[in-house]
Formats: sequence, structure tokens, C-alpha cells
Amino acid sequence: MTAIVPGAERKLRNRVPLRMTVSNSLTMAYRNILLIRRTPQQLFDVTLQPILFTVMFTFLFGGAIAGSVQGYLPIIIPGILAQTALTACITTGVQLREDMDKGVFYRFKSMPIARVAPLTGPLLADVVRYSVATALTFVMGYLLGFRWASVGGAVLGGILVVFAAWCISWIFALLGVVLKTAQVVQGVSSAILFPLTFLSGAFVPTGTLPGWLQDFVNVNPLTYIVSSVRQLLNQGTIGTDFWLSIVGSVLVVVIFIPLTLWAYMRKA
Amino acid sequence: MTAQQGPLAIEARGLVKTFGTNRAVDGVNLSVPSGCIYALLGPNGAGKTTIINMLTTLLKPDSGSAKIFTHDVLRETQVVRQLISVTGQSASVDERLSGHENLTVFAMLLGFTRADAGKRATELLEEFGLTDAANQTLAKYSGGMRRRLDLASSLIVQAPLIFLDEPTTGLDPRTRLQMWSIIRRLVSTGSTIVLTTQYLDEADQLADRVAVIDHGRLVAEDTPRNLKAAIGRVTLRIQLTNEKDVGQAIQITQEVLGVKASAPDALLVTAPMTNPELVTDLLVALRGVGIRLAEVNMQAPTLDEVFLAITGGPKQEALIQ
Repeated sequence: MTAIVPGAERKLRNRVPLRMTVSNSLTMAYRNILLIRRTPQQLFDVTLQPILFTVMFTFLFGGAIAGSVQGYLPIIIPGILAQTALTACITTGVQLREDMDKGVFYRFKSMPIARVAPLTGPLLADVVRYSVATALTFVMGYLLGFRWASVGGAVLGGILVVFAAWCISWIFALLGVVLKTAQVVQGVSSAILFPLTFLSGAFVPTGTLPGWLQDFVNVNPLTYIVSSVRQLLNQGTIGTDFWLSIVGSVLVVVIFIPLTLWAYMRKA
Repeated sequence: MTAQQGPLAIEARGLVKTFGTNRAVDGVNLSVPSGCIYALLGPNGAGKTTIINMLTTLLKPDSGSAKIFTHDVLRETQVVRQLISVTGQSASVDERLSGHENLTVFAMLLGFTRADAGKRATELLEEFGLTDAANQTLAKYSGGMRRRLDLASSLIVQAPLIFLDEPTTGLDPRTRLQMWSIIRRLVSTGSTIVLTTQYLDEADQLADRVAVIDHGRLVAEDTPRNLKAAIGRVTLRIQLTNEKDVGQAIQITQEVLGVKASAPDALLVTAPMTNPELVTDLLVALRGVGIRLAEVNMQAPTLDEVFLAITGGPKQEALIQ
């Protein structure tokens, strides 16, 4: 038994260095990976949904919209990619809320760690979830007969989807921090997400829509993500929409990370 | 008392916290010397946990200030957090992870590498008798196991100031004694302990100083011995074998001791003791009239009585005013 250094004799800093913020966030991300390993059911939404939706929508709408299932695949696969990744974002907010209500957050708050780590960690770990969803959609598409123009285009398309999902997940993280219960977070998030995914170019060509709806579709950021992924997958090229998607996603992050952190720190 | 020289571990002035119309903490001053075990004693809802939450940066006081080893809890939160560890009333561990995973994550957050964190986790699990359950999720832990893991989580790095909020509530007697010995060891290696308790004997056994908290106020603060001395004398208790003798026994006791005696139950006569030497005379007198005794003892005041005397008194006064 050796004596510890007395509290009064310690030289301590009141600031959290950036390096520590990064390492704390990575540890928190590691914690979330452990949680996924302990309860793999958490991955239901990013495994079942891509499988189910790809098959369902392809056979449901294929004939009606594109004349054949094969003809519809180039339209629907990029749409499903964006939709499943975005749906996975809801879970980010819901799980954050559930986690923050747990006793263990009491300990995090009293520990000498970066205050934001319990927030940045889970969002970092969710990249895994978005990647699973994206990869599975690609696999399902391939099994149904979809062929991408180039491997490079497909990979870049996948990366764009994961990146955009990560950026947009900060909106849902804010909801998770601000709203009172996990159910409310779930409800509000779905109410935002459904119009966003369906009223975009994700499932149907937008030419047949009434004018006012086209206006909405044209300002919906998801439309740009879907069309740039479509171009990457089907032509293997990068268009204007790609850069618009990147700029839009970065814009979301620039606005919502500080906003979420501010709301979180005020509560914490 | 093992208190060292040096600055106070805690210095709080005029702490106030109001929830709605309830003044949960109503102007509390505390001075906790380094190196002691300090108990906050009070009933449920007295404000003990709220005081702890303010001292540990978890809650901002409405007014007042507090310093931990001279560092202000509001202005130097990060420094304060490096000096303390907290074990709350409800287990602050992750239900969905195993004991080993919980400790590993906490250790990594404190700056251990993953390998070192894993090693420290194994050590602590062994020390707290949780090795067998190391890889089970907490869903399979009993209440006592959870509390031990919670305490282990607070001791990954031994902090200079350790807060334990009702550390032994709900523990079986054996685990409770274990907890006491851990607390004593932590103090002997240089930590200061602040614990809250509803158990009076716990404060009596463990604490160097006791603060009695009631309705958000500090109503008394002293060593357990002084607190007990403050409310009075030792009580003489004479247990009789025959109920018929009670009346006569009271009479003789009052004559010999010169104080008022009473009979709290059928076979028991009690009287406050002023002069222990008179006990011999009393026993001789009782034998003289043939009163048979089952037991004679002297009882020091318990903290229970102290507690009632202190918290019961002012409350009645308040009612009269």
C-alpha cells in the first residue's frame, strides 16, 4: 500500500487538450462497438431493412415505373442506399437519448474527460452502422442483377452515402439531446425522415410530379445525394450534384455540430 | 483521527439549491480537513445527495461557493474532476456491458492504454471478488455485485477525495464490513472520504467527523464522541426478573441516586447516571430488600438519540413559532 500524491500538491490544468478530446471520443466509440457486440440486435435496422426494402421496392415498383425489374435497378439501388443510411440516422438519435438516461452517464459527467466525448463517440461508431447498411444494399443489388459501371464509382458512391449519413446524423443527434424520451425522438425523427426520403428522386423519376412537389424535391438535399450516387454507379462519373452533396453535408455539420454540442453542454 | 496538516479537502460556504419551491439545500457550510472520513448523516430527502452533486460539479448551486483542495467547483471544474471520484446511490455502470468491459472503458477514458486498462480491470475484479463474473453482462449481477463494481470503477485511480453516496445501503452485513475496511484503507493511503449514510452506527464506527443534515440545513457538526457527549449522560439500565418489584425498584433507585428513574417496559428500570460510584450502593440496597436482577448495564447515548435530539428539537420549535 503506497500513499497517493496529496490533492493539494497536484499541478493540474483546467483545460482539456485536443489530443485528449480525440482519444476520449475514440474510447467512447470503442464502447459503442462493444455495445453492438453485446447486443447485435442493434444492427437489425441496418441489416434487415436494406435486404427487405431492396427486394420489396424492386419487385413492387419495377414493372410500373421502369417497365421491368432489371430496368428499375439503376434507379432504385442508389435510392435505397441513401434511404437506409438515412433511416439508420434515426437510431443514432434514439440511442443517444436512451444512453443519456442511463446511470453510467452520471459517472461520465463526474470524470475528468472531454465533455463532448459521450456525444462524439457514439456518432463516430455509427459509421460502422452506415457502412453495414451500404454494403448490404450493394450485395442485394448485385444479387438481383444490378451491375455498376466501375468499381471506383461504386466505392466512391458508397463512401459518399456513408459520409452524408454521418453529417446528417448530427441533426438527429440534436433531437436526441433536446427531446425528453426515446419514443419522442423516434416519432419526431420519423416524421422528418419520411417526407425527406419519399419526396425525393430516390424511388421515382420526378418528371411526373406536380409543380409544387417538384419544387420541394428540388430543394430536398437527398435528391442531390441520390442523383450523384446514381451517376457514380451508372456512369462512373462525378457530376455537379456530387459537389453539391458534399457542400450540403458539410454545411449540415458546420451548423449542427456546434448546435448539438451547445445543447448537450447546457444539459450536462 | 488521521487528519494531516494542509489545506481543507472541502470548503463550502452558503450552498443553496432550490428545486421548484423546495429548498433542498438551504445554506450549508462545510469544512472537511484532508485525510479524514467525513460523514453526512441525515434521513432520506435531507439534501445529502444534492450537496454531494454540487461538490462534484454535477449540479450548479443557486448560490454559495465550494472549493475542493482550494479549487473552485464552478470555475475550475476540470481540475476538480481530476481530484475526485464519485460513487453514486444508483450504480453508475453500464448494464449492457460486462464487468471487465465496464472497467476497461473507464480506465481508457482515464488515459490507460487498452492493454493497461484491461490489466487494471482484471486486478480490480479480483480485489472486489468479481473474477468469476468478469465476462458476464451486468444483467446477471446481483445488487451487491453491482455496487462492488461501481466502487471498483471509482477506484481505477485512487483520487485524493472520494465521495461515497450511501456506500453500504442494501449490502449484506459481510459485504458492509468489507466496504468499511476498503474505506479505512483508502484513508490510510492518503485519500479523504466523504460519505453519506442513514445508518447511525456507520457514522459512529467510521467517521472522524459527522455533519448532521436535516431539511437541507446542517444542524450539527462534530466528532461522533462530542456529538454523543453533547446530549447527555450515560443511562443506567436495570433488568428485573419479577414485574412486582418494579415499583419498589424505582423508589429505591430514586432514593439512592437522587435522580428521577423510569420504567420504559415491564421489567426495566432506567435512570440517568451522574455519579457511577453510587451504583454499588444501589445494588446493595436492592439486594437488601430481596429484589432479584437479571442484568445491569450502562449505556452511552447512541447517535440515534443524538439525531432525534438534534433534528426533533428544532422542528418542534419551528412549529410553535
